[in-house]
Amino acid sequence: MEKKKAKKTTHVGDAARDGADAPWGWLTHRGVVPTFSFVSLFGLLVRAAVSLHPYSGAGTPPKYGDFEAQRHWMEITINLWARDWYVNGTLNDLSYWGLDYPPLTAYQSYVHGLFLKLFDPDSVALFSSRGYETYFSKLLMRWTVLSSDVMVFFPAVFCFWIVYNRGRSRGGERCDTAWHIAMLLINPCLILIDHGHFQYNCISLGLTVGAVAAVLSQKDLIACALFSLALNHKQMSAYFAPAFFSHLLGKCLRRKNPFFEVSRLGLVVIGTFAVVWWPYLYSSDALLQVLSRLAPFERGIYEDYVANFWCATSVLIKWKRLFLTPELKLFSLIMTVSTCLPSMIHQIASPSSQGFLYGLLNCSLSFYLFSFQVHEKSILLPLLPASLLALDDPSLYKWLTHYGLLSMFPLMRRDRLLLPYTTLNALYFLLHHVPRDRRDSEVTSSSAAYTILTAFSVCCYFGLHLVYLTMHAPEKYPFLFEALIMIFCFFQFALLAIYTNKKQWTLSKHLMLLNKEKKLI
Amino acid sequence: MTNTPPPPISELRWHVAVATCLKLLLIPSYRSTDFEVHRHWLALTHSLPLSRWYTDETSPWTLDYPPFFAFFELLLSYAARAVDPVIVHLHRGLNYRSDSVVLFQRITVIAADSCLFYAVYRLTRKCEPRKGRLIWALVIWSPMLLIVDHVHFQYNGFLLGILLLSISYLSEGKDLAGGCLFAILLCFKHLFAVAAPVYFVYLLRRCFRGTFARGFGLLSALGVAVITIFAAAYGPFIYHGQMQQVIRRMFPFGRGLCHAYWAPNFWVFYIVMDKVLSFVLRRLGFDIQMPAVSFTGGLVGNSSPFAVLPQITPLTTFIMVLLALSPCLIKAWRNPQPKNAARWIAYAYTSGFLFGWHVHEKASLHFVIPLALTAVQSLGDAKHYFWLSIVSCYSLFPLLYEAQEYPIKVLLLLLHCVAMFLGFSALFNGSARAKATAPESRKGDQSGEKRSSSLAKGGGFTIGWITRCYLFGILLVELWGQFLHPYILGNKLPFVPLMMISVYCAFGIMYSWIWQLRSIVRCSS
Repeated sequence: MEKKKAKKTTHVGDAARDGADAPWGWLTHRGVVPTFSFVSLFGLLVRAAVSLHPYSGAGTPPKYGDFEAQRHWMEITINLWARDWYVNGTLNDLSYWGLDYPPLTAYQSYVHGLFLKLFDPDSVALFSSRGYETYFSKLLMRWTVLSSDVMVFFPAVFCFWIVYNRGRSRGGERCDTAWHIAMLLINPCLILIDHGHFQYNCISLGLTVGAVAAVLSQKDLIACALFSLALNHKQMSAYFAPAFFSHLLGKCLRRKNPFFEVSRLGLVVIGTFAVVWWPYLYSSDALLQVLSRLAPFERGIYEDYVANFWCATSVLIKWKRLFLTPELKLFSLIMTVSTCLPSMIHQIASPSSQGFLYGLLNCSLSFYLFSFQVHEKSILLPLLPASLLALDDPSLYKWLTHYGLLSMFPLMRRDRLLLPYTTLNALYFLLHHVPRDRRDSEVTSSSAAYTILTAFSVCCYFGLHLVYLTMHAPEKYPFLFEALIMIFCFFQFALLAIYTNKKQWTLSKHLMLLNKEKKLI
Repeated sequence: MTNTPPPPISELRWHVAVATCLKLLLIPSYRSTDFEVHRHWLALTHSLPLSRWYTDETSPWTLDYPPFFAFFELLLSYAARAVDPVIVHLHRGLNYRSDSVVLFQRITVIAADSCLFYAVYRLTRKCEPRKGRLIWALVIWSPMLLIVDHVHFQYNGFLLGILLLSISYLSEGKDLAGGCLFAILLCFKHLFAVAAPVYFVYLLRRCFRGTFARGFGLLSALGVAVITIFAAAYGPFIYHGQMQQVIRRMFPFGRGLCHAYWAPNFWVFYIVMDKVLSFVLRRLGFDIQMPAVSFTGGLVGNSSPFAVLPQITPLTTFIMVLLALSPCLIKAWRNPQPKNAARWIAYAYTSGFLFGWHVHEKASLHFVIPLALTAVQSLGDAKHYFWLSIVSCYSLFPLLYEAQEYPIKVLLLLLHCVAMFLGFSALFNGSARAKATAPESRKGDQSGEKRSSSLAKGGGFTIGWITRCYLFGILLVELWGQFLHPYILGNKLPFVPLMMISVYCAFGIMYSWIWQLRSIVRCSS
C-alpha cells in the first residue's frame, strides 16, 4: 500500500511540471484529440511504409498466398450471388482459396471488390484474374487494408482509450496515456500481419476493442452486438467469447432480474447473427454448408510450427499418428475449457473491468495454447488484451510482443519481410522505452532466479534469430530450427499464461483489500 | 527559466533511432534517377583513375559535383565492392537494381545522416529543453528531408549537416572553424555557394573588429585554411590540367532557366506573364511569333523561350541574386552578430532559390532546414516557419509522382503540421504569459501583426486567417491536380496541375522571402 501511495505523490509532482519541461509536454498539452491524432498519424505512416514491402505469396504461382486469397474472395463475392459464395460449383472452385470465414468477411470482400472494380475491373474479373498482381491492383489492395484500419481499428481504440482513462481518472499522467495510444496502435505483430503478410485482422480486432470499450462503459447491449460482428468477421474471435460470456453473465447475476438481463443480451446476439446470416437462413442445408466451411477440422490439430501445446509436445508424442481427429477434438476441447475455467469462474464470481481485461487475455491464451487448428498468426488475439493492459503491466505486453514476433519469425522470412520485421521489433522496443522523466524509476525487487531466467530468455531470443538466419538445418531434420523456436516460444507463452492467471486472481484480492480499507475509513 | 538544463542526449538518441527505423522501412519505396546517378558515380570513381572522372561519358549521368563529393563516393565504393562487386562495375553495373545495391545505397544515406544529427546536437546542447526538442523535431523529422533523401534519393542530410555545423560554429563566434566548414561544404556541393557573399562579408568584417594586427592574423589564417581546402579538392585536377573541364561539368548553363518541373520561384511569374502578354497581344492583332521551344517540354536549348519579354541569361539571374542579397550584406557588414548568422544564410539561400538559374525544387531544403533554428526564437518566426515549411514541403510533392508513395508523402506532411502546431503552441502559449513584457514576444507580435489581427489578443501561437486560407488553397490545388483535372479534362493539358502547384507555391515562397527581408532589415535598427 505504501508503495502505491508513494507513486501517487510523484504523479502529482509530475502534474505540476507537466507541459513545461516534461519530454512529451508539447504533445499532450492541447488535450486528447491532438495527441491522439498525432500518434495515429504516426501509426498510419508506419503502416503505409510497411505496406511497401512484399506480401505473402507475391509472385509465386500456382497457389500464391493470403493476398491472392483475399483478392479471390473479392472476385467471388462480386461475381456470384450470396448463396453461392460457400458452395462448390462450376463458377466457384472451393479448392482454390474457397471462402472459409463467416459472412461478414464475405460482405467486407464484396465492398472492397466493388472498390477494386471501380478502378481496375480486370483485377476482380471471374477466373481471368487469378494471380493478378499489377502495380496498381496491389496498391488498391493495400489501400483497402489501410482504410479498414482507419475506419474500424483506430476509432475503436480511441473509444477504448477514452473510456479506460475515464475509469482511471488520475491527473498528471498525460504522458503515460499518450504512450498507451502508441502501444495500442503500433502493435508490431498486427502491423506485420495486416500490412505486410496481408490480412484484415484490424477489422475483427477493432470490433472486439469496440466491444471491450462498450463493456467498460456499461453499454452491454452494444458490446454484444459488436462482439457478435467480430465473431462474424473471423471465427477466431471466439477466443474471447468465454471472457465476454463470463463477465456479462457475472454482471447480469448481480442485477435485480438476472434472467431478463441475460435474455436481453441473448436476443441482441441472436438478432445480430440473424442479420449477418440472412442469405443462408432459407434452408438448414445452406446453413450447414457454410458452417462446415468455417470449421476445417480436416486440416489437423495444428498447422506448420505454431507455439502451442499440441505442436510443442508433438516432439515427444505424435498426436496426429496416435489419435484420430474426433479424439483429438475432444482432447483439445477439454484442455481449452478447463484452462479457461479459472478465469471464467473469477469473472462470474466477481466481475470487474480490470478482471475482464485479464480474463480476455487468459481465455485467448488458453485457446492459443490448447485449441484445435491454431495458426501462428493467432498470437494476435492474446496480444490485443495485453496491449489494452499495457498501462497496467507494461513488461507483460513487451514480453508477449517480442516472443509473439519471434513465433512469427519463420513466417516473416517466408514472406520476405525480414527488413520490416527487424525494424518494427526495434521500433517497438524504442517506443516502449520512450524517454520519460520519471522520478520513480521502476524498481522491481527481482530475485536472482528471475534475473537469470530473463537473461537466459533474452540470450535465447537473439541466439535463435541468429541461428535461423545464418545456419542451415541438418538434412535429417530440415525443420529443426523452426521446432526450436516453436518450443522456446511455447514455454514463454505457457509461463505467461500461468503468470496472468495468477495475476487475475490476486487482482480481486487486492481490490477486496482496497474496498475493505475504504469501508474502514 | 534560463537556467534549466539542456535536454538530455539520450532523448536525442531516441529520436534519431526512431527516425532511422522509419527510414529503414522506406527502403523499397520509389527511387528517382538520382539513385542510378549516385550508383554510377560509385562505379566511376572506383574503376577509373582520377584524371578521367570529369571526362568520362560511359553514362549520361556524368559527374557534376565538386571533387570532395567524388572522394566521398570513392570512399563508399570500397564498402560497395565488399557488398556486391557489380555495383562498382563501370559497364555491368549500369542500371543495376538488385536488392543489394538498393540496400547498400539507402543505408549509406541513412548513415551519412549522422553528420546532420551531430550538427543538431551541437546546436541544441546549450538550448532550453523545449526549444531544443522542437529543433530536433523540425530537423530530424523534417518531411522534406525524408522525401528527398530517403525516398527520392540524395545525400542532402549529410550536406546540410555540414552547413548546420558551420552555422553552429559561427553562432558561437568561432569564425575560423565556421568558415572552413563552409569551404569544405562548397567542395562537396557547389550549389551551396549562393551564401558565399554572406560568408565573405560576415567573416571579413568579423576579422576587423579588434586591433588591425589581430584581424590581419585571423584573416590570413582563414585565407590559408580556405585555400588549403580548395587546393586539396581541385589540386589534383589542376595538376592534370582539367580545371576548365571540371568547371564545365559543374556549371551546365546550357540546361536553361527552369527545370522540367518549375521550381516555385520568381521566374514562374515571369514565364506566366510572358504567356499572358503574348496571348493578349496576339488577340490585339500584333504579330507575335510562338517560341520554338516550350518550357513544359523539359530541356531548353539556346533559342529564346520567351515570346514577348526579354531573354534571361545566367548573368541576369546572377545580378538579381546579388541585388536581392545586398540588404543582408549591408546588415552583415554593419553589425556582424553571430546570433543572426543562421538567418542571413537562410535568407541568402532563399534569394538564390527565387532568382537563381536552373533552380531545382529540392533547393528549398537549403533554407527551410537552417530556418528551423530561428523558428524557435520568436512567435513571428514560428508563424513564418509554419507557413514556409508547409508550402515548400508541398512544392516537393511532384517529386514523388507515383501512386504508391502518395499516402506516405501526405502523411508525412500532416504529421509535420500537427507536430509543428503542437510544438509551437507549447513553446509560446506557455511562455507568452510568463514573459509578456519580454522584448522577444513584442518583436514577434510586431512582425506578425499584418498577417492576423487576432494574434495580439491571445499572444499565443495561433494560425491567422490568411494563413488558413492559403493553406486551404493548397488543398484545393491538390484536389484539382489529383482528382478533378484527370476526371474533367482527361489527358488534355497535362502540364496544368504541375504548373498550378509551381505558381501557387511561388506565391508562398515569395511572401516568405519578403518576410525574411523585412525581419532582417528591421532587426536591431
